Amino acid sequence: MTLGVSEDLPPDGGLPADGLAETAEAKQIEGRSLGQIAWARLKKDKIAVISAVIILLIIAVAIFAPLIVKINGFPPDQFNKLDSDGNPLLNTRDGGIPIGGLWGSGTSTEHWLGVEPQNGRDVFSRLVYGTRVSLLVALGGTLIAIVLGTVIGMVSGYFGGWVDTLLSRLMDIMLSFPSLLFIMALTPVVADRGQDLLGIPDDNRLRLGVLMFVLGFFGWAYLARIVRGQTLSLREREFVEAARSLGAGPMYVIFKQILPNLIPTLLVYTTLLIPGNITAEAALSFLGVGIKEPTSSWGRMIADASDWIESNPLYLFFPGIALFITVLAFNLLGDSVRDALDPRAGRS
Amino acid sequence: MGRYLIRRLLQTVVILWVISAITFFLFWITPANPALLICGKNCNTETIATVNATFGFDDPLIVQYGTYMKGLVSPTGRDIGSEGSERNCAWPCFGESYQNGIPVWDSISDAFPATFWLAIGAATIWLFFGVMLGLLAALRKGKALDKLSVGLALFGVSFPTIVFGYLLLFLFIVKLKWIPFPDTANAALFEVGPVKWLQFYILPWITLALVFAALYTRLTRANMIDTMNEDYIRTARAKGLGEGTVIFKHGLRSALTPIVTIFGLDLGGLLGGAVITEQIFSITGLGKFAIDSVLGNDLPAIMGVVLFAAIFIVLANVVVDVLYAVIDPRVRLS
Repeated sequence: MTLGVSEDLPPDGGLPADGLAETAEAKQIEGRSLGQIAWARLKKDKIAVISAVIILLIIAVAIFAPLIVKINGFPPDQFNKLDSDGNPLLNTRDGGIPIGGLWGSGTSTEHWLGVEPQNGRDVFSRLVYGTRVSLLVALGGTLIAIVLGTVIGMVSGYFGGWVDTLLSRLMDIMLSFPSLLFIMALTPVVADRGQDLLGIPDDNRLRLGVLMFVLGFFGWAYLARIVRGQTLSLREREFVEAARSLGAGPMYVIFKQILPNLIPTLLVYTTLLIPGNITAEAALSFLGVGIKEPTSSWGRMIADASDWIESNPLYLFFPGIALFITVLAFNLLGDSVRDALDPRAGRS
Repeated sequence: MGRYLIRRLLQTVVILWVISAITFFLFWITPANPALLICGKNCNTETIATVNATFGFDDPLIVQYGTYMKGLVSPTGRDIGSEGSERNCAWPCFGESYQNGIPVWDSISDAFPATFWLAIGAATIWLFFGVMLGLLAALRKGKALDKLSVGLALFGVSFPTIVFGYLLLFLFIVKLKWIPFPDTANAALFEVGPVKWLQFYILPWITLALVFAALYTRLTRANMIDTMNEDYIRTARAKGLGEGTVIFKHGLRSALTPIVTIFGLDLGGLLGGAVITEQIFSITGLGKFAIDSVLGNDLPAIMGVVLFAAIFIVLANVVVDVLYAVIDPRVRLS
């Protein structure tokens, strides 16, 4: 079809020469892709900009954690018993609660957010390092879920037939699993198997991988269902038919013709999935099946701090606030992205 | 309708069977030797061999799976224990706990009431506040009330349960002392009376309800705005119907249909245990049982609780589909 058009018309589109200036102007007005429109909308959205800045800051904290911790000078795993003047930090007679500071948390000019009861590890340093775990697991899990969901959804929707039946049933079954319970039960099992199969010890590097894998594995089914539905309708569109009639194979059509049209959906779903996975990682570590000591994770810190809620509530609040701000920033940005990509927005 | 129900229920059985198989094989191929867990400190080669023979750990996995399924399917359950000293494990037999030898089904049925009350109370709260806020926001679209509801909803969605739960616990139990520390004895309504019971459940209810209330606010608002722009609403108004009738009988009724679906699935999911909330407030429900079993490597207990929770999710799917057809006359079951 496209070939026919270019043969029928002269190169300048059949317009008289003095019409060229007009078409050049017209080109400036039209021809913005959905991506460009969305980007322009996002840049104007104050909330989106602020939350994006916060997220970039959080990512920077995660990347530069070792440098940041150098500023206050306390590695996250170091047990601190004395301050620089030689005074004890912890009250050993009273179960090891921090001495002084705001609300009995041991905050001082040295330990900005106080110290951990009993061990005396610096809360600020542990919080900074916890950012790494949170983001790494959430982003890794999201990536796995998005890749699996997109590929399985597209294959299921494009090929139809028994492939579709099989994959759709698989999605049904995945969605019928009590996911948090199952993730919780499976994490130690997978860590155990991984240790056996890969020959690496069950330390926190393995645990990070296991958490990503488990979150990704239980996150793809819902997306696959959405992608399958969209692929079903995209498959019938003219441009796909055109590509097929020109001899394009299924892999080409799926990845070059259908996938680009799914990008808005994938973007929205990614921004929804990341905060969900951050919460899930915190929950798993909180329950004691995620990241283990001595690596710090926000969920683990909250679990530890819950024992001290009466004597040292701030110890609980710092990781709580960090978690809340991170999830809120991702949710706000996600909302803005969804609004910006919504083709109906701005009309009603 | 009858035919549809039978077909759906058969599908349910198949899905549950697949889940049971996947769960069994995933958990049972762990290299961690269950016999070591059972005999505990006085383990030697001899006791391990006895335990293996007693529990059938020496059998091929497929045989063990057959034995396991027999306990779930056969109305008489199955026998547990070595030859000569067998004891019957009555239907539904999920096996016995490795940790304390209590039949898993007994533990599950003991833990279920706490989870049930937690889920029902929370569901009432989130349904009421979510739908109400969403409805008000939609009717006042763009006004201050709408912006407040949207903001609250976003806030609620972003509040991780572990953070919100401990915040409530700190505020009302530790600081203000309005409510005593949770005592599991107070979970039983008929033994402690309604006041203590309410005190025990009120904070867990709010904790669990927050995220759902926020999601339902958003959903109701979006659905209601779409519905109120429909032509038939204009028709209803043009007929001279009162605004109340238009909003509640024509608008809300249709806007709530998708919410019924999601509500059924959410509630079904929670009846299998609200792990985090139960852990924060020391509620001895299914969620607490589940996490204790996981941390104790107690395979039969983990298996049992996962399957039990899956039953609710799968059944909720069927109930929701049927309800959907009852509420929405456009849907025909076939």
